[in-house]
Amino acid sequence: MIRKALALRARERLQSWYRLAAQTAHLMVGLPDYATYVEHRRRHHPHDPVMSRDDFFRNCQARRYTPAPGRGVRCC
Amino acid sequence: MAGADEAAQRSPVHWSVWALVCVAGAVAFAVVALSRGETVNAVWLVVAAVCSYLIAYRFYSLFIANRVLQVDPARATPAARRNDGLDYVPTNKYVLFGHHFAAIAGAGPLVGPVLAAQMGYLPSTLWIIAGVVFAGAVQDFIILFLSTRRDGRSLGDMIKSEMGAVPGVIALFGVLAIMVILLAVLALIVVKALADSPWGTFTVFATIPIAMLMGIYGRFLRAHRIGEMSAIGFVLLMAAIVLGQGVSESPTLAPMFTFSGESLALMLIAYGFIASVLPVWLLLAPRDYLSTFLKIGTIVGLAVGILIVMPELKMPAVSRFVDGSGPVFAGSLFPFLFITIACGAVSGFHALIASGTTPKMIEDESQIRLIGYGAMLMESFVAIMALIAACIIEPGAYFAMNSPPAVIGSTAAEAAQTISSWGFVITPDALTQLARDVGEKTVLSRTGGAPTLAVGMAHVLSSLLGGSALMAFWYHFAILFEALFILTTVDAGTRVARFMIQDLLGTFVPAMRETQSWPANLVATTLAVGAWGYFLYQGVVDPLGGINTLWPLFGISNQMLAAIALILATVILFKMKRHAYVWVTIAPTIWLVVCTLTAGWQKVFHDAPAIGFIAQANRFSEALAQGKILAPAKSIADMHRVVFANYLDAALCAAFMAIVIAMIVSGAVAIRRALATPTASTKEIGYDTQGLGAART
Repeated sequence: MIRKALALRARERLQSWYRLAAQTAHLMVGLPDYATYVEHRRRHHPHDPVMSRDDFFRNCQARRYTPAPGRGVRCC
Repeated sequence: MAGADEAAQRSPVHWSVWALVCVAGAVAFAVVALSRGETVNAVWLVVAAVCSYLIAYRFYSLFIANRVLQVDPARATPAARRNDGLDYVPTNKYVLFGHHFAAIAGAGPLVGPVLAAQMGYLPSTLWIIAGVVFAGAVQDFIILFLSTRRDGRSLGDMIKSEMGAVPGVIALFGVLAIMVILLAVLALIVVKALADSPWGTFTVFATIPIAMLMGIYGRFLRAHRIGEMSAIGFVLLMAAIVLGQGVSESPTLAPMFTFSGESLALMLIAYGFIASVLPVWLLLAPRDYLSTFLKIGTIVGLAVGILIVMPELKMPAVSRFVDGSGPVFAGSLFPFLFITIACGAVSGFHALIASGTTPKMIEDESQIRLIGYGAMLMESFVAIMALIAACIIEPGAYFAMNSPPAVIGSTAAEAAQTISSWGFVITPDALTQLARDVGEKTVLSRTGGAPTLAVGMAHVLSSLLGGSALMAFWYHFAILFEALFILTTVDAGTRVARFMIQDLLGTFVPAMRETQSWPANLVATTLAVGAWGYFLYQGVVDPLGGINTLWPLFGISNQMLAAIALILATVILFKMKRHAYVWVTIAPTIWLVVCTLTAGWQKVFHDAPAIGFIAQANRFSEALAQGKILAPAKSIADMHRVVFANYLDAALCAAFMAIVIAMIVSGAVAIRRALATPTASTKEIGYDTQGLGAART
């Protein structure tokens, strides 16, 4: 019983680490978390359309590499 | 103060751990600094650096957070106030740390320390550590904080609103000039690494179709699967390195991938033009994924490798070249060491990134310390590793790789003789053997830092995995890794430069501002590529080997930007009425101003042609007057070009100095005005009604 609970907790912890690692890798190349975006739209703009995963990806990709003030600069 | 109360309540165990860190750091510093005659293990350098970082982070950055900036975890950040799920998103602090670190870590911290190693490992180590603790990380931290309190506004915007419109425009010109020099010098590093190297050239060329394949896969087959795309790209990249060996050994294929520096420069210029007008999903984005992940992976691999292999440092602690007579770059320790190592100690460029996307994702103000100060410490650690990689190579081989042919000749025998006469004994056989080990025909005069770093990394990585049989593989892996993210920067940087040119020209010709218009785009792209392409080509045909000319210019401009960012920070501290703490930004500002102005002055007016641009121009004009042609110029026209390029470099350097002085004056004016105002007068956003968070204390 206790072992089962511990195994479950370990698995949950591993999953949450994996999620964080994946989020980090994605944000490193300029892709914010899609689930967070959907959740935000659902909560704050329930009647507005939500971008599909593909559209979200393309939108973020285009914005990362299209310079604008305060965006698109990278280091030496 | 909350921080002080907290500190007083800490347990004795807490303090004894910190005492231990202090002792370990002090011992490591003593070993690194005081041992003479016997070799020092690289691990001591790592221990000295890491202990310094820990202490600086625990105490100095906390002091800045609590006393100087008075961060307020309860205050709403831009991410909280303007949350849109896209740009403004409250983000986990470790995730954001990764994002910020990936954005600030580039080729800079890998190149500067390698060049500076000619003076021995000690001066560079001390500057990297002291520089990051008191200048670099302070700048990144404070600018990130200031931008977070201003809705994530950019550095240029903050200068405009806090110091005035004119300083804002001056700073914008400065940033554009840095961009141009940065792109030229990075492209030059790639050219120097690939010239006459069919193996390297093949693998780097192969990255273009590989990236396009990834792009098409990610666009049409499996959208948004960055992990899959990158895995496919990585496998193909490794295959390209293996294939490259076959290419370099084939009598028919090798000549097809063997190019001189001049032709590679022209190809890169053409590449920069085409790549920056292609849709981003096709080439730029997929290669960005590859280069970002490869960069992080290689940095981790190198750190693990150094800790396991524990190589000995073969370079002396302080070499004879501190007097300024070194072959890698000319000029004495002060000011040129502090210009050569910019990124890793203090980099003005980071002020642009700290006021870019990161401030829009901060969850709460207390996390700015980890992300701003912490990520810069990490970058500094990368610089220490690059320094180690350069110093574990036989010094004779190091100088053979980093000296221009004009100094050491073009055969192994000549080079070995010259370098041995400097006191770094090496045999011609050792040089040819090294070339064979890494799969190249020669390693002589492979300047620019990348090949040296590649040899050092190959030493570490092959001791870890594969032994001497894989030495050549790891060497070309390291070359590819640097070329990959430099090309990404060239592509993305050209787009940024184009945008800035359109913005600046738009002030006079409004039609130029149309970013959707093809003619406006083409004109601006041509101007951007033409500008860095000119400096790149001049660097390739430069009598001193190019890096010698361009790297100091880049260093001066980068430190100039850091000075500008710190002046802005100082002005705002005065406006916030934090008078007791302004020394935190004033001290590094003074140091940077002294370094940039001294280095700038010497680059323009120094009598030695190796240092002073005007002296070099005069040397060539005098030879012209007598009808002589000086190497490496081959014709009268070449001679005229060298003269003109040196005058242009001198003018650019003088312009950088003028920008620094103008910013000091504007800063002083703004500070006087702030002093004359009885209350806090800074323009913050997001606290209660109109921003005067400072008035609360």
